[in-house]
Parts: sequence; C-alpha cells; structure tokens
Amino acid sequence: MIWRAGAALKEVDVWLGLTLRQMTKIGVDSVPIALFIAMFTGIVLALQASYTFTGAIPLYFVGVLVGKTMMLELGPVLTGLALAGRVGANISAELGTMKVTEQIDALETMAYPPVAYLVVPRILAGIIMFPIVTALAIGMGIGAGWLTALQLLDMSTYEFMHGLTLFFLPFDVFFAMIKATSFGFMVTSIGCFYGFQTRGGAEGVGRSTTQAVVISSMVILVLDAFWAVTLL
Amino acid sequence: MSIEIRDLHKAFGSKEVLRGFSATARDGETLVILGGSGSGKSVTLKHVVGLLDPDRGEVLVDGDRVDSLGQAELYALRRKVGYVFQFAALFDSLTVAENVGMGLQRMKEYTPADRERRVEECLDLVDLEGFGSRMPAELSGGQRKRAGIARAIATEPDYLLYDEPTTGLDPLTRAVIDRLINRMKEELRVTGIVITHDMESAFRVADRFAMIHEGRQQFEGSPEEIRETRDPVVRAFIEGRPELIEEVG
Ligand SMILES: Nc1ncnc2c1ncn2[C@@H]1O[C@H](COP(=O)(O)OP(=O)(O)OP(=O)(O)O)[C@@H](O)[C@H]1O
Ligand SMILES: [Mg+2]
Repeated sequence: MIWRAGAALKEVDVWLGLTLRQMTKIGVDSVPIALFIAMFTGIVLALQASYTFTGAIPLYFVGVLVGKTMMLELGPVLTGLALAGRVGANISAELGTMKVTEQIDALETMAYPPVAYLVVPRILAGIIMFPIVTALAIGMGIGAGWLTALQLLDMSTYEFMHGLTLFFLPFDVFFAMIKATSFGFMVTSIGCFYGFQTRGGAEGVGRSTTQAVVISSMVILVLDAFWAVTLL
Repeated sequence: MSIEIRDLHKAFGSKEVLRGFSATARDGETLVILGGSGSGKSVTLKHVVGLLDPDRGEVLVDGDRVDSLGQAELYALRRKVGYVFQFAALFDSLTVAENVGMGLQRMKEYTPADRERRVEECLDLVDLEGFGSRMPAELSGGQRKRAGIARAIATEPDYLLYDEPTTGLDPLTRAVIDRLINRMKEELRVTGIVITHDMESAFRVADRFAMIHEGRQQFEGSPEEIRETRDPVVRAFIEGRPELIEEVG
C-alpha cells in the first residue's frame, strides 16, 4: 500500500486540497491534547528533578533534565502516543466505515483512485503535522517546567535557562523531529492500512480501529528505541 | 456498446457464489437481472467495472475484457459508467450536491457554473430539488438512494448499472425512477443493467431479462418470453409462489 501511495503522488490535483484539510484535522485539532499532556509532563519533570537532586546536584540541573527529557524522549513519544490514539483511531474508523459502506468502491467506480484520494493526503498531513505538534508540545513542556521551577522551586529564570542551554545540542532538535516525522508516517499509514482492511459492518470497524491504535502505539515505542540505538 | 457477461465464476473462500453465469446487455438496451437474495446479483455487477475480478470467465464491455485492462484503461472505462449502489454509498463527509458533482469535477468541459447547473438538474430529475446542501446522514433511505442515482447519471455516462434502484421507495417515486431509467436510455442511448426484485418496475424498464439461480443463468430472454416461460424456478420467482419449485422437488 505504501508503494501504491508513492505511485499515487503524481495525481497532484487530487490530493493537494485534501492534504490541507487533513492537516487541519490531524494537526491543528490535535494541538490541545498534545499541549495538555506536555504541560503536566513539564511540571512533573521539574518537581521530580528537584526531588531527586536534593541538594547533591546544583539546582540548575532541573533545567538540563526538563529540556533534554522533553526534547529527546517525552515530547515526541507522548505526543506520538496521544496522536496514535486520536489520529490513528480517527483514520481507521473513517476509512473502515467508508470501506464497509462501499464508499471506497464508489470512489473506484467514479475513477478516483482511493489511494491518491484517501491515503496520500493523510500520510502527508501526518508527516508534516506530527513534527509541528511535537515542537509545540516540547515548547509547552519546557515552559511549564520553567514556571514550576520559578514558582515552586525558588529557582531563578537565569538558573533554569543556564541548565537548559548547558548541554543543548542542535542535534537534539533534529533528533526530536526525526522521531516525530517517523511517528507521523507510521501512525497514519497504519491507520489507513487497517481502515482499508476492514470487513463486516460496525463490528469490523471497531476491530480495525482497536488494531490500528494498538499496533501504532507499539510501533512508536519500537521506533523510539530504534532511533535511540541508531542515532545516539 | 454492449456488456457481455460470459461464464462468470466467483467464489469467496469456499463459498461459490457464481458458477458460470452469462447474460448480455445489448447496445442501447436495458437488461434486468433477477435472482433471489444472496444469489450474486450485486457481485455480478461489481465485475462489470472491475471492483471484483472473476475466478473464471469474463466480462466484456464494448468488446474489451474488463479484468485484463490496465489501470489507466480501467479508469477510462469507469468514467463512461454510472454505478448506482444498492445502499447508495454516498460520501458522507460531502454534501449531497458535492456527491452529485464529484464525477463532473474531473471533466474539463464543465466550468464550476456548468457543474452547479448540472447538479441542480440531476437533483430535479430524482425529485430532490433543494436538498443539495444537506449531508447524506440527514436524508432518508429513499432520498439517499435517489441521490445515488443522481450521482450516477450526472456525467451522462454511456453505461448505467443500477443495483436495486427502486427498492424501499414508495410506488410513486418508483414510477419516477423507472421513467428516469427509460429516459436515460432513450435520450442518451445508455446501455443499462438493472438489478431488481420489483417485478412491476422490471417490466417497465426491461428490454431483456436474465435470471441467476444457484450461480448460473436460469433464464435469458425478452419480456414476452419471461411472461410465457414454463420454467418453474422463473415462474415461482416472478409470481412470488415458492410452492411452484417445491412441486418439482
Ligand atoms: N466481499 C465479499 N466477501 C465475501 N462474501 C461476499 C462478498 N460479497 C458478497 N459475498 C457473498 O456473496 C453472496 C452474493 O452476494 P450478493 O451481494 O451478490 O447478493 P445479491 O444477489 O445482490 O442479494 P440481494 O438481493 O440481497 O442484494 C452472498 O452470500 C454474500 O454473502
Ligand atoms: Mg445485492
């Protein structure tokens, strides 16, 4: 199917407008949940860091820990998992329903290639929007960590920023974006795959939705480890 | 511009649905396919546009074998075919008007204004004027069916395939749809296949009949011939008298 999606890329007139629509649905609409998760993660990270360090390590290391963890691991992975639930389920349920109600057959008979029309816009939107949402989530997590440090840990902004920039490498951003892009590709592809596989009514739609979410969550965790092994 | 179904075989797993069905819709004529529920009528129709590939046998549209067409040729064929799905299969994320206009959207000869006019016209033809801005979910079953018919005829196709176009409609609307089917044939010389259980409709639109029974052709002939046939299976079906088959055993 991925190969066919590649071949369908040349039907630009079909997928371009649809991609914009999917970018809104997959990306923009997912921002609140991603920010919500990131905010609480940032708060907890800051508190846990200070709790763990208990004076043995300078407090500005709270900034190091919040920054590095949000960027390298929790930002991309938690956002990925949240979107696997939201986006993966949405895609497979929508395409699954279209499949069992013969809407995909109808597209075929109207000479609209379903892959160009349905799959390509979703995968492209995933590849484009996952990194953007992830970047926002990382920003939110670090921001929440900073405010927590300021309000609850008696740290100064200078201390937090010092920690944040101490071990920062541009590569960290690249690493986060690579992860987010690959998660976006996998979550949307898996959602489309299970959607197209759907057989047999409402029960079938439920089954493929569950499978899409479970499989994409697992794939995210495996990919996460894969990138850590290959790139770090 | 004929549709020839020849010795069509199709099984799903171990379930043999079609076991050598044949029938022909001649150029500019309407073929009505009869058969009991689950006998494989919808499956047969899907072979005509390559939604399913036969296990054995073939479907020829205008002399071309559908299952051996390349992707581009298959899509070219599909552009000439209007397909009315049994359960309408409207795109539920689009309005009724967008559904009807979808095929037109890819035809360069239609400007957006032409398209809008044609959509209105098609909705009028199926008595759905003013429903264009509704979503499919807001329509009744019969309205949805009619929107599906409007979508199929919008591009003025050479072939029209109707899977139970009048099932679930009231008698008046049924007559409207039957008249529309005949009009498409007379004005546009459409070659059509109509699947129906509704014998009254069937006789109104049919130039020829074919019947599927146990995966094979039980009957093929003109309306006069089917009225006069002595075949108990056919008689039982068109008269709604199962006892005719039981008598034979
Ligand atoms: N995609 C499929 N996979 C498996 N079995 C199928 C599939 N499509 C159809 N069938 C089976 O093929 C048989 C014929 O189905 P079909 O839909 O052609 O019946 P039909 O003659 O149109 O009946 P009805 O008048 O009720 O619409 C049924 O038993 C159905 O279960
Ligand atoms: Mg059917």
